[in-house]
Amino acid sequence: MENTTASPAMPAEETGAAPDFRVKMKTRNVNVHYAEKHALRDVSLDIGEREVTALIGPSGCGKSTFLRCLNRMNDTIDICRVTGVLELDGQDIYDAGVDVVQLRASIGMVFQKPNPFPKSIFDNVAYGPRVHGLFSNKSDLEEVVVQSLRKAGLFDEVKDRLGDPGTSLSGGQQQRLCIARAIAVGPEVILMDEPCSSLDPIATARIEELIDELRQNFTIVIVTHSMQQAARVSQKTAFFHLGDLIEQGETPQIFTNPRHEKTQGYITGRFG
Amino acid sequence: MSYGTILAVLLVLTVVGFYLGRGRARAVAAAGRTRLHSLPGFYGAHVAIWIALPALVLFVFWIAFQSAIVEGIVWNGLPDKVSVLGETRQKEALAPEQKRLLIDNIVNYATGDIVSGEITALVKQGAARFLRLQALSAWIMAAAMAILAAIGLLVTYRSISPAMRARNRVERAVLILLMVASTVAILTTVGIVLSLLFEAMAFFTKISPVDFLFGLEWSPQTAIREDQVGASGAFGAIPVFAGTMLITVIAMIVAVPVGLFAAIYLSEYASRRLRATVKPVLEVLAGIPTVVYGFFAALTVAPMIRDAGAAIGLSVASESALAAGLIMGIMIIPFVSSLSDDIINAVPQSLRDGSYGLGATRSETIRQVVLPAALPGIVGAVLLAVSRAIGETMIVVMAAGLSAKLTVNPFDAVTTVTVQIVTNLTGDPEFDSPKTLSAFALGLVLFLVTLCLNVIALRVVQKYREKYD
Repeated sequence: MENTTASPAMPAEETGAAPDFRVKMKTRNVNVHYAEKHALRDVSLDIGEREVTALIGPSGCGKSTFLRCLNRMNDTIDICRVTGVLELDGQDIYDAGVDVVQLRASIGMVFQKPNPFPKSIFDNVAYGPRVHGLFSNKSDLEEVVVQSLRKAGLFDEVKDRLGDPGTSLSGGQQQRLCIARAIAVGPEVILMDEPCSSLDPIATARIEELIDELRQNFTIVIVTHSMQQAARVSQKTAFFHLGDLIEQGETPQIFTNPRHEKTQGYITGRFG
Repeated sequence: MSYGTILAVLLVLTVVGFYLGRGRARAVAAAGRTRLHSLPGFYGAHVAIWIALPALVLFVFWIAFQSAIVEGIVWNGLPDKVSVLGETRQKEALAPEQKRLLIDNIVNYATGDIVSGEITALVKQGAARFLRLQALSAWIMAAAMAILAAIGLLVTYRSISPAMRARNRVERAVLILLMVASTVAILTTVGIVLSLLFEAMAFFTKISPVDFLFGLEWSPQTAIREDQVGASGAFGAIPVFAGTMLITVIAMIVAVPVGLFAAIYLSEYASRRLRATVKPVLEVLAGIPTVVYGFFAALTVAPMIRDAGAAIGLSVASESALAAGLIMGIMIIPFVSSLSDDIINAVPQSLRDGSYGLGATRSETIRQVVLPAALPGIVGAVLLAVSRAIGETMIVVMAAGLSAKLTVNPFDAVTTVTVQIVTNLTGDPEFDSPKTLSAFALGLVLFLVTLCLNVIALRVVQKYREKYD
């Protein structure tokens, strides 16, 4: 871990970043194998608390794989093997004593395609609190649901039809419902895997605004294919290419003054 | 000329027609230096279709109607006085059965089958005439088919031009072919229902439908002689249907939980390798002939249950509903598990990911997300399994009893609808006795019940669909 050569792919704290930067999640030398395929090589990246970190890169570069390591979603894939250090608040999340269920409650996830459960809007949001027993009575639960929907900016649109199926909403509303569902569990980190890739520009803008608001309370890691989106919503950006973390840094710096020529090539649209 | 030869010649003609049409299309295109509307192969196919189809349709209708026509001509050619079973009578004075017998004898003699009674000169003469007529009919048919094929070839061959839309016409022909295929399935169902209906009507002229549907006693032995004992002839179907229901319920109690849990394990928990071995093994169960299940139930399971019952002081019949139901349930397990497994697998992975991402465990995810999403399909699968259990015959014939008893005690012997149909129809049944005809009435009601079940299954599936999609 004590790699002190100032390569551009080293975490910000070790390259001397802003002083108010507090690390929420720390990863060192993360390697991921899918059976024989080496999908991610020696990735070391710090995720700052209460800021948005964007993971960018061409398809198949490993950014989604890395995201799924952060809440151990890769555990559900038999052939996937993860090595290296991944910490949340200094705690190793791959430690044998860690309860994956608790971990995922504190690191929520929003997926590429909106995936509301085949339940009512209310039950969708109440799912997490019910599973974790986060309320003592019915009005408590209602409060949690309403607050979560509010934070996700969806409450005003659905307050009269909380009993309708979640699948009856539009794509953008469904995605905000999924965000509300993640918030309802009370996570500290929210992982978003291309949350806008199946949405139209207006719904996308709405989600991006929401991400900016959520930054007040949550640490957010977002995988995106849209460089404009990364530039608009994130404070830190990490560029992945073919399983390697090529460059990471402040978003303005990555987009205006990339140090690495591959980053330069990608953000100017020469490949990817 | 045998039918095989005729069809073979037609096939050759069709192939030749295809190449002729294709060649002609190419030649036309080359001569006119124009682009054809369709690829040359479509012109060939168009010619081939018009050679084969009309001739084939003629063939089918000819085969269907020729025997009746030939028999009619043979009958009219017989002398006025005929003898049947040693009795000589005026031809017009014969009863329909006697007429049928005479014709059957002639046809059987002609085809080398068994003839009942004496082979008279009359039969020989009729048979010779029958053979002549049949050969003639085959020649006429072959000629007519040849003419149709030739017309088809000529007309389509000459119509080949760059502007002709052969591709669209072939497409239409394919469409019609597909429609005919689906119509055949539907018409067969209609035919089956009608044949059931007519025989059931014959039964209901002897026994009132009210007695049949609501009667509480089933004892289909009818008296042959006046003084016969033990032949009451009661046709109340309730106990029979109750027996079917009892065995079906027992079977479903076994099959639904076991099948469903097996499906959940296989689709959600089992590793890929385990699943690849276990699933085919489970499906082997579905490949066991039901008759094998039947004697397993009758010879192994039923005595075991009886002895176990005796050990704890219960009186269990040797042909208990429990044994038949248990084995039937085991037979249906692969049915339920295989269908449910497919349905559970069809639930999108994104829903599971969503649930895991919120920190739900596997069983929470299955209970609260996967199963609700799969429920309509599972209900459909279970209802299909129920109609399968109701219609199942071999196991109950061997393992369930024959006496119709109105009971809900699984240790009693009961009988089922299918068992009664089999016992009343096997052997050498007389088709004017209510005992034989009752099989058709039972079959009709059974058919209606399974039909209703299937309709309900479809409805349930649709209703949940509306709710979830």
